[in-house]
Amino acid sequence: MDVYSFLIQLLNGVQYGLLLFLVASGLTLIFGIMGIINLAHGSFYMIGAYMAFSLASLTGSLFVAIVLGTALSVVLGVVLEWALFSHLYKRDHLEQVLLTYGLILVFEELRSIMVGNDVHGVNVPDILNWSLPLTDTLSYPVYRLFMSAVCVLLAGLLYFLIRRTRLGMMIRAGASNREMVQSLGLNINLIYRLVFALGVALAAFAGMIAAPVSSVYPGMGTQVLIICFVVVVIGGIGSIWGALVAALLIGLADTFVKVLIPEAAGVTVYVLMAAILLWRPEGLFRRV
Amino acid sequence: MNESQYCSNTSGARRRVCGVAAAALFAAAGMMLPTASTRAQQPAKVKVGLMLPYTGTYAALGNAITNGFKLAVEESGGKLGGREIEYFTVDDESDPAKAPENANKLIKRDKVDVLIGTVHSGVALAMAKVARDNNTLLIIPNAGADEITGPLCAANIFRTSFSNWQPGYAMGKVAAEQKKKTAVTFTWKYAAGDESVGGFKEGFEQGGGKVIKELSLPFPQVEFQSYLTQIASLKPDVVYVFFAGGGAVKFVKDYAAAGLKSSIPLVGAGFLTDGTLDAQGDSAQGLLTTLHYADGLSNPKDKAFRAAYSKAYKAEPDVYAVQGYDAAQLLNTGLVAVKGDVGKRGELVAAMEAAKIDSPRGPLTLSKAHNPVQDIYLRKVEGKENKVVSVAIKGLTDPARGCKL
Repeated sequence: MDVYSFLIQLLNGVQYGLLLFLVASGLTLIFGIMGIINLAHGSFYMIGAYMAFSLASLTGSLFVAIVLGTALSVVLGVVLEWALFSHLYKRDHLEQVLLTYGLILVFEELRSIMVGNDVHGVNVPDILNWSLPLTDTLSYPVYRLFMSAVCVLLAGLLYFLIRRTRLGMMIRAGASNREMVQSLGLNINLIYRLVFALGVALAAFAGMIAAPVSSVYPGMGTQVLIICFVVVVIGGIGSIWGALVAALLIGLADTFVKVLIPEAAGVTVYVLMAAILLWRPEGLFRRV
Repeated sequence: MNESQYCSNTSGARRRVCGVAAAALFAAAGMMLPTASTRAQQPAKVKVGLMLPYTGTYAALGNAITNGFKLAVEESGGKLGGREIEYFTVDDESDPAKAPENANKLIKRDKVDVLIGTVHSGVALAMAKVARDNNTLLIIPNAGADEITGPLCAANIFRTSFSNWQPGYAMGKVAAEQKKKTAVTFTWKYAAGDESVGGFKEGFEQGGGKVIKELSLPFPQVEFQSYLTQIASLKPDVVYVFFAGGGAVKFVKDYAAAGLKSSIPLVGAGFLTDGTLDAQGDSAQGLLTTLHYADGLSNPKDKAFRAAYSKAYKAEPDVYAVQGYDAAQLLNTGLVAVKGDVGKRGELVAAMEAAKIDSPRGPLTLSKAHNPVQDIYLRKVEGKENKVVSVAIKGLTDPARGCKL
């Protein structure tokens, strides 16, 4: 591999890593910070992608679709939290698994009834629909660079929200001791409802942003689910920076193993996870 | 069933009424028995077991095959070989783990005379095994695994679709004829992809080309970017890929977005652009693929088939509908020869082997290994259609390596 293709592969790796962070960002909130095992995360991602597809064909603009879709998914998050998840905070993790697994099946079936089982494409907005030439044969789609920029922005915003704002302080306090926060006179139920809705909206947002690149198809949610958990677990539960570093690590490892040892491409991510957890069982950046 | 559920939910006083109702029902059923036995004197129906995916990713394919099959039965007066048809249906869910049980349900419980199925190769392999063990007649209307009509071939197993080798080999020949010297192949690392790429390599290298790199990624991953970078630096004359469904959509779009489409031609087995053109949009325009069916065939049979199908089902037929249609035509040929007597298995199989089927895809016969001998078309994407360009190879026979028939 010459220097030039090494640099391009590096770009591929970083870009893939940032995409992974985008997809996993909602899970860092719901699973990482609130501590709810949310297997339906992939479904929220899938719902986002399908919303991008149907709203973009209705309104004619992906950006309008993303704004509308994000608003809708906040509503969905609030309703789900109120109707289902709020009853589960004090219960066993196994019951959360059961509920969220059930939600996967429900959402897949609803998707099948409402949109059908065909594969759909979402067009890249015209303004971003061009490519930067890298070599005489290869060019890089600008939309992918745009996605990466969105990811970096999102990571910064999330970090700021959780670490630097009053709301973030309350969220962290609520995550470590619910009763104490409540007895201090804060409405923890409302805070949790907001955070959960934000998590759902992030997952859906990721689905919408990724839709033009990933296309929209049945079962797309379950495909991203496992890798999202891997990102959060490697990064250290509850750490936004950890998730970002983990996502980049996975992106780079996956890209270079695919090039150098293609036979091992299927296991890279899991070997990496096993190695990191052996070394640091709490993940890279666990905060206590 | 519903009656008893209803009864068990009612209170004590009404339960007695239910009991009376149930007794009356049994009595009524008893009175119907004589009529049933008089009807039995007519020749029994031929029992056809449809084991296809009706849920999940392949549901649309399963339905198209079923529609095609039933259309052919309707066209011969609702009968095959002069006998009425009784359908038994099982949703195989494209789940190989459930395949033996599902196939056994149809064979042992429903006692079907012939088994039709399926789409997924893993499920079809399991069905082939059960069919061999029970000596049940099996017609495969899609799954392309080479082994089924290779090492695992059997007298009672037929296929009306294709082997994975066939479209791949034809594309290899075409690419070599276009004076391409070097090729890179790319597929998911699983049996269908390996077999398709194997076919391409054989055809391409026989024609004087050289496959310089075989790329693959684990099924069903769709992060292609690092592979596209490799393709760009290898600069082959042509790239051959095997992808289907969501993966095919994403690959074709990524390939175009990476700017490769204008510099290195992309070709593939027909599944790359079948049922996916809506989603692929502009990025698929002009792509060349090979398959045993195409849009814009000029034979009258295809015209009639398309008209009848869209009238019956309010939908356009696809290659899967054709394969289902031909499964019924093949079975009909066999049953006509034995005048509907499925007991004469030897004659039935002999007639099916010798069948000359007028398929919408063109004339169709079977090889010794019971795989279609068929024209493979070269097709070009124009708008939302895979328009036929030419016949890539006429009457292509799968080599059926390892088959002892």
